[in-house]
Amino acid sequence: MRKVGWLKGFATVLAASLVLAGCGGDKNNEAGGASATGSPSASASEAAASGDKIKVGILHSLSGTMSISEVTVKNSELMAIKEINAKGGVLGKQIEAVVEDGASDWPTFAEKARKLLSEDKVATVFGGWTSASRKAMLPVFEELNGLLWYPVQYEGMESSPNIFYTGATTNQQIVPSIDFLLEQGKKKVFLLGSDYVFPRTANKIIKAQLAANGGETVAEEYTPLGHTDYTTIIAKIKEAKPDVVYNTLNGDSNVAFFKQLKDAGITSADLMTVSVSIAEEEVKGIGAEYLTGHLVAWDYFQTTDTPENKVFVESFKKEYGEDSVTSDPMEAGYVAVYLWAAAVEKAGSFEVDKVKEAAKGIEFNAPEGKVTIDGDNQHIYKTVRIGEIKEDGQIVELWNSGGPVKPDPYLATYEWAKGLSE
Amino acid sequence: MEIWISQLFNGLSVSSILLLIALGLAVTFGLMRVINMAHGEFIMIGAYGAYMTQQIFKSALPRSLFDAYFPVALLASFVLAFAIGYLLEVTLIRFLYGRPLDSLLATWGVGLMLQQLARTIFGAPNVAVSSPTWLDGGWALMPGVVLPYKRLFIIALVAFCLFAMYLYIYRSNAGRRMRAVMQNRDMAACLGISTRRVDAFTFAIGSGIAGIAGCALTLIGPIGPSIGTYYIVDAFMVVVLGGVGKLVGTVAGALGIGVFNTLFEWWTDASLGKVLVFLCIVAFLQWKPMGMFAVRSRSLDG
Repeated sequence: MRKVGWLKGFATVLAASLVLAGCGGDKNNEAGGASATGSPSASASEAAASGDKIKVGILHSLSGTMSISEVTVKNSELMAIKEINAKGGVLGKQIEAVVEDGASDWPTFAEKARKLLSEDKVATVFGGWTSASRKAMLPVFEELNGLLWYPVQYEGMESSPNIFYTGATTNQQIVPSIDFLLEQGKKKVFLLGSDYVFPRTANKIIKAQLAANGGETVAEEYTPLGHTDYTTIIAKIKEAKPDVVYNTLNGDSNVAFFKQLKDAGITSADLMTVSVSIAEEEVKGIGAEYLTGHLVAWDYFQTTDTPENKVFVESFKKEYGEDSVTSDPMEAGYVAVYLWAAAVEKAGSFEVDKVKEAAKGIEFNAPEGKVTIDGDNQHIYKTVRIGEIKEDGQIVELWNSGGPVKPDPYLATYEWAKGLSE
Repeated sequence: MEIWISQLFNGLSVSSILLLIALGLAVTFGLMRVINMAHGEFIMIGAYGAYMTQQIFKSALPRSLFDAYFPVALLASFVLAFAIGYLLEVTLIRFLYGRPLDSLLATWGVGLMLQQLARTIFGAPNVAVSSPTWLDGGWALMPGVVLPYKRLFIIALVAFCLFAMYLYIYRSNAGRRMRAVMQNRDMAACLGISTRRVDAFTFAIGSGIAGIAGCALTLIGPIGPSIGTYYIVDAFMVVVLGGVGKLVGTVAGALGIGVFNTLFEWWTDASLGKVLVFLCIVAFLQWKPMGMFAVRSRSLDG
């Protein structure tokens, strides 16, 4: 008897959902039908714009080893979408986010990117973190003429016509930070990084820069991603006696490195380190006590003093809890959504080619200060900052570039960088 | 000279960590022959056990008692991992004895589920565990050589775990029953031993020791949902190299890998050092396929 009742209930729910689905189908039928009968070459974005909604894709690792970092970027992107929707959306349409999980697996990123573009027909995608995931998605976006907004600092040497880069390229993070160190008289540099494309490319640039400017690379060490024992590396650092360790380790390895560095009795007063992959979120996971006094190079800190940042931090805490922090990649993801919306408004269309054309020179007052899209390489002008980590886990700015720096992904304007981009 | 002493100590320290993560596996894989891919996740459970204990001490107890949290955390991690291991054995593992490929896939799936569960409960980002102040600093053996207390503590902890396991396995009645079941299940059952209970208890002990390892690793490493994946390969290497089914083999395997890894890493770099260690292991296993210490028993071949 009971079983029959349960079945009946299930059947009712099923029927109801079918009816609802049917209604929903009717409502969108007109626009959907039009694009279906239209020429097959109709761009993805036209279909995505059907009805009073516009679909965009969000593609980050929500599971696996990279989820540590990428989930927070997804959150800030969703917050930007929510804010824009509250103000009436773009071109009168509400933005609907289609969230996909790249699962820290590069082929999955390519596959999900293809799904977002050809099945969901999204107008644009915000996503990626590691260079490997970007390189996996790049051919898909170029083949299907999609649009990707990539929100993380990276190693440069790339400029795809289908990608906008809202994180720093090397001349907006690494190059100025080396200049800063040289100015401080820190000439002997120990390069330590995880063994993959970003640290290796970054260190190639750093070595060329040091050689040309009177610095010295005393050693260059790489450890596999996820490496957890740094005692030997620390012994090597002690042997090499550098002025500074330039740290391009990524992910969990940073926790092991800094904990073991402190255990070995080395504090920031004995040995300065500069990191480019440790932001507020990572400080929370490592424990500020291990990092106090060490330096980081970014374009944005939670403490950055702009009116826009006050609002950004406040709304983020309201949305995701008092304990949450904001960081550079999160800010870059947030800015990416606003820049895309501004470009769409200017173009008056969701079509990729028109949006790309309109995006040139767009300015936006971001939490990090004014940013401008560079029309030539689709990167953005950003202000470079170097900060020191404090006991409370916040980063306090020591130095900034005084204004937005023009992006130069191939380092074409630097004499010493000739030959690096080959 | 200093560098040799400190590298020797580092080698010993790495060995102790390897041994700690492999001890639990020496029980679940070594003795029970379950290809336990979820072993790393029990380490992760132990690490989160330490984190939870710390949070409770922070919020519920006065600040002066905070340093006492770590011994409590060790115990809590063991109990937590023991309980989850017991549950896993009773609900899943016991259906998979003698089916190595199935148990490999099933435990791997369980591992993924536990990772995602941790992500749901604690969030994807790493969490921070502050180590107790009595473990800060180090023992200055001579100028230029500092032995961190945390590393010394881990070595002592491993020695203690080894000793306790030795007593349990080789000197107690329960341990004798356990060895009897693992060596000849049918015979043990005929003699009136409840093999079901012994199985469940053995698996739970292996998991519990992994929990202790996880708790100790919070002193020197990251604490996040996927930390298990960093240790699982090393743990299997140690057990396979040492010889499946022998505690002394696990100790020898950990010492060998730890010392050589440190030396190779010193001479080359971290990636190449690991490759060289793997090459040595492969070469060694070609020569001695059963590992350093092989168990000779008629029933195990069958």
